[in-house]
Amino acid sequence: MGKAWKFGHDIDTDVIIPARYLNRSEPEYLAAHCMEDADAGFAPGVKSGDVIVGGKNFGCGSSREHAPLAIKASGVKAVVAESFARIFYRNALNIGLPILECPEAAAGIEAGDEVEVEPASGKITNVTRKTSFQAMPFPVFMQELMAAGGLVPYVRGRLKNA
Amino acid sequence: MSMTITEKILADHAGLPEVVPGQLITAKLDLVLANDVTGPIAIREFTKFGVDKVFDAGKVALVPDHFTPNKDIASAEQAKLMREFAREQQIEHYWEIGRVGIEHCLLPEQGVTLPGDMIIGADSHTCTYGALGAFATGVGSTDCAAGLATGEGWFKVPESMKFVFHGTKFQPWVSGKDLILYIIGKIGVDGARYRAMEFAGEGISALSQDGRFTMCNMAIEAGGKNGIIAADEKTEAYLKGRAHRPYKVFASDPDARYAEIMEFEVSEIPLQVALPHLPENTESVEEAAGIKLDQVVIGSCTNGRIEDLRVAAGILRGRKIHPEVRLLIFPGTQEIYRQAMHEGLLDIFLEAGAAVSTPTCGPCLGGHMGILAKGERALATTNRNFVGRMGHPESEVYLSGPAVAAASAVRGEISHPREVVGNG
Ligand code: SF4
Repeated sequence: MGKAWKFGHDIDTDVIIPARYLNRSEPEYLAAHCMEDADAGFAPGVKSGDVIVGGKNFGCGSSREHAPLAIKASGVKAVVAESFARIFYRNALNIGLPILECPEAAAGIEAGDEVEVEPASGKITNVTRKTSFQAMPFPVFMQELMAAGGLVPYVRGRLKNA
Repeated sequence: MSMTITEKILADHAGLPEVVPGQLITAKLDLVLANDVTGPIAIREFTKFGVDKVFDAGKVALVPDHFTPNKDIASAEQAKLMREFAREQQIEHYWEIGRVGIEHCLLPEQGVTLPGDMIIGADSHTCTYGALGAFATGVGSTDCAAGLATGEGWFKVPESMKFVFHGTKFQPWVSGKDLILYIIGKIGVDGARYRAMEFAGEGISALSQDGRFTMCNMAIEAGGKNGIIAADEKTEAYLKGRAHRPYKVFASDPDARYAEIMEFEVSEIPLQVALPHLPENTESVEEAAGIKLDQVVIGSCTNGRIEDLRVAAGILRGRKIHPEVRLLIFPGTQEIYRQAMHEGLLDIFLEAGAAVSTPTCGPCLGGHMGILAKGERALATTNRNFVGRMGHPESEVYLSGPAVAAASAVRGEISHPREVVGNG
């Protein structure tokens, strides 16, 4: 269980991790600046197990994988949003950051609410408000990819069998 | 079955007679690219696949363009890592400073991207190459690494949206940048999310190849998976002397299916400006006129091509930049830089009081070479105006094409070019 950090629509990758920090790529370094331009209190305040809740088109903009890497390294357990931008969606699953598309949850969770997320089943519970939501299921291919532990082990497995 | 150009290229590379939107496919790649920001992570992930060599050293492009010439020690280390990988893997398409340009200007110019190609790049503006009639899409570093290792990628076949531009009577100075900003203003930054954006019609045929690159470049700003324009005589003319391998030209079937078709009359589209902090906040230049500026940037993978520099020079010739404005000009590649020099454009820029830089992404992503301080305001021919994109989170970026940018640099405020040169 963790606390919800709430953000609005069209949260772009420049806000998730500004380019001025892209001269390095260590996840811990990136995490220290995660969300800095949207909420300077995020990086110092976020705790392991917390959840990010966003509006529509979360992660739009650049293809930088630094964005999901920064979020994952900051201890965030999952990102719940009304919808995700395409490249961010792919990147997050590739690196093993659970992301759940669920407009109802995005609307029904407020900043600071205690939230429980089960990525595998897509169940999202707002413990504070005693409500629960069901995220859109992942496509079968994505489920396989996640079951393998991300894209690297998935492809490594395929290369071995080739 | 009838298919769109995007579907045809995907089917061709998946070895399938046809594909339909929503279908998951594995497709062979003609090119995998990365830059000095995304490359280091891709290389780190590549080493985890248990293979020693990239799938084909001739089908990989590594372009150090973001923080180069290196702005600090950390970025020098990243560039070094990529350089060493390029040497060790004998990557054919790698350029050193002095030869390198901004990836999306450089690769088409060098004939590395061709019609009918299937391209992934660890850079969101990889969609630029769609202007040659290729399928090109941005991916993250891990997808890029998998591409480097296997020469394949998995894709969900996108639905296509078609944008048809009727007529060829453009308003004065209206360019590809204005058309694409206009579309984004209409459909929003997620208006084409997960979809292919196909541009067609007389208006597109009338557009130069440079203008088409600008349009496809910004497909991602509407959330698109790719932007695409079928190759025609103009494309062939552009490729002459550049293409060193055979290529296939694809076109949509007349009865191909689209999720949505939008039609526009080019004569009705005025010069556009996008206000902070999203590219969808568009207005006509008349509506945005009068906003005071501290900096103007002309360049980037969106508008750093020779045509853009010619347009800017046409307005700046014999004029001076407003004393309170800094104008920074970034040619997209060394070839463009040299061409601008031969044509005397650099003289015009220097006479006007502009700073002309070596090709680099520089301020476009708030990297270096023109970062904004708190409260400063810039007008740029780049593609994004997100919070903090060009520097301080409390700075502002407005987007436009090169004509408005040049005119605004002269006047010190957002201006219609006619305010500077009359009705050109
Ligand atoms: S010029 Fe700007 S948008 Fe283009 S590749 Fe460089 S940073 Fe990205």
